[in-house]
Amino acid sequence: MAYDKFITIQSPAVPVAIENVDTDQIIPARFLKAVERKGFGDNLFRDWRYDKNNQPIAGFPLNNKKYSGKILVGGKNFGSGSSREHAAWAIYDYGFRVVVSSFFADIFKGNALNNGLLPVVVSSEFLEKIFSEIEKNPESQFEVDLEKQTFTILSSGESESFEINPYKKHCLANGLDDIDYLVDMQEQIAAFEQAK
Amino acid sequence: MEARTLFDKIWDSHVVRKVEGGPSVLYIDRHFIHEVTSPVAFLGLKTRGLKVFRPEQTTATPDHNVPTVNQHLSIKDELSRNQVEMLKRNCEEHGIVYHGLGTEGHGVVHIIGPEMGITQPGMTIVCGDSHTSTHGAFGAIAFGIGTSEVEMVLASQCIMQPKPKKMRITLNGKLKKAVTSKDIALYIISKISTSGGTGHFIEYAGTAIESLSMEGRMTLCNMSIESGARGGMIAPDETTFSYIKGRKFAPQGAEWDKTLAYWKTLKSDEGALFDTEYEFDAANIEPMITFGTNPGMGIGVTQNIPEGKELTGTDKTTYEKSLSYMGYKAGDKMAGKAIDFVFVGSCTNGRIEDFREFAAFVKGRKKADTVTAWLVPGSKAVENQIREEGLVEIFEAAGFELRQPGCSACLAMNDDKIPAGKYSVSTSNRNFEGRQGPGARTLLASPITAAAAAVTGKITDPRNLMD
Repeated sequence: MAYDKFITIQSPAVPVAIENVDTDQIIPARFLKAVERKGFGDNLFRDWRYDKNNQPIAGFPLNNKKYSGKILVGGKNFGSGSSREHAAWAIYDYGFRVVVSSFFADIFKGNALNNGLLPVVVSSEFLEKIFSEIEKNPESQFEVDLEKQTFTILSSGESESFEINPYKKHCLANGLDDIDYLVDMQEQIAAFEQAK
Repeated sequence: MEARTLFDKIWDSHVVRKVEGGPSVLYIDRHFIHEVTSPVAFLGLKTRGLKVFRPEQTTATPDHNVPTVNQHLSIKDELSRNQVEMLKRNCEEHGIVYHGLGTEGHGVVHIIGPEMGITQPGMTIVCGDSHTSTHGAFGAIAFGIGTSEVEMVLASQCIMQPKPKKMRITLNGKLKKAVTSKDIALYIISKISTSGGTGHFIEYAGTAIESLSMEGRMTLCNMSIESGARGGMIAPDETTFSYIKGRKFAPQGAEWDKTLAYWKTLKSDEGALFDTEYEFDAANIEPMITFGTNPGMGIGVTQNIPEGKELTGTDKTTYEKSLSYMGYKAGDKMAGKAIDFVFVGSCTNGRIEDFREFAAFVKGRKKADTVTAWLVPGSKAVENQIREEGLVEIFEAAGFELRQPGCSACLAMNDDKIPAGKYSVSTSNRNFEGRQGPGARTLLASPITAAAAAVTGKITDPRNLMD
């Protein structure tokens, strides 16, 4: 099991209200030199979080103590660019379990799902509501219910449902990954090769 | 029988099993690995006590993290050296062919596959790198995957993928002077945006596409990911077949004839349905340049930066943030702006044709004194060919020097970093903030437009300097 089972989450959220957040911003290439999967959270959004003297940049939400929680909210087209899974690892390692946006890049979305990080797609109107709710009250609580596939602004009760395919939902809820599934299929894969 | 697209034909013939309510188990013909996205996958295999299932179908080379000078010496950066050495060790342990630094087969992973004839029509090809889409130029389904999926391929020669939607982009007409496939790519992305292709796999078609060389097709398919698409492909034709014939891993003799007959069936049927279609006119494309911080922010080199007055909300703040990072103002004219660096190379434009075009332009001219230029061949074979064709002499006479192969300043994982605040006209694929080094400002362009900038020290319409 590569990650924790996903259970219903209630948490405040951290807003990064920027569009097209690419994976080079999530984790710059110079931090991809590790050969193990740990510590990437320290460099999450490195160049937006720290200046060239490694001092925290005050305006960036991750440096603002009023924001906290397990939910990261990003502008549309989140995770574009490189296929580096380090982007999903960095977000997870930092402590997030959910990323919300109105639109995700394909590879990032797949990588997130393979690592216990739930990408939640909401409408752009609902995304704006989430951003304004956090602005109004940074401690405002949100609920992500994987079983019911809903994202709820608890203060107002406004809710939107999100899509996830049943197989991936099952994997997330049980902390399972695809590799076990595929290794169990090796005989069938060998037969497929013969028939090709 | 129902009319099917080229994508459907290849995809459907590679599905081992369809998971109910879930993805397909997709069989992978060829797998490429490099030093950055593979170590954790090998570690995963070790933890699970697994061996590589089909080692002969994986090819390895270090490219992302390698120096582009003095490759005969040990790599100075300890972390980079460790990654490269670990790739070599992992390959030795699992019986995977490894093309090390300085060897004949070394180079950027998406350049060496086609060069050796490993990349062929009808295949499924993956690599832990988003620009795997390059290989689609041969009529293959090729796309980038994450490290978990690299582990899946190593463990089972399969990955689990939902079938993407299909898009066709048709480009008819004749390309104008100094307009290359890089300009086509930047033009298309400027029209459909960096998320326009998301959820889709693109097939490029039309007379302007058919007229492209294999190098040109690879550049175009390479950039598919920058529109958000998983990949792009072009139906194989005589251009494809004659490129492959005779290469090291190409089918030989009777096998060639048999395979060729199959390859000729690889095209979308008349009337096949696509989920999304676009059509553009090749005559409308100018040499392109980007002005912002994503590849969709491109304009013709003679144009002004859009005002963006129609933008509101986060669209507006994102646009302003981007221009502020670049140090540009809405409405500015791009031509004439001073630049500091020129980078020619990468899996997008690091092939022989790119260096020929650059050489043809700079021949008899001089590099501007204010410009630092890095010419980085995509592979050892490209480097050798540059030397054999006498291009090095042209570069040197014009004040340029040739480096050694690798990904280099495309992602600046090695020492080839553009300094903060400096402007770099780059033939690579991404102009994201800090992509070429913290604070670096990237302007994406073709090798010809890069050459025009290199000799003038500013953004220049290359046509003004051509006969």
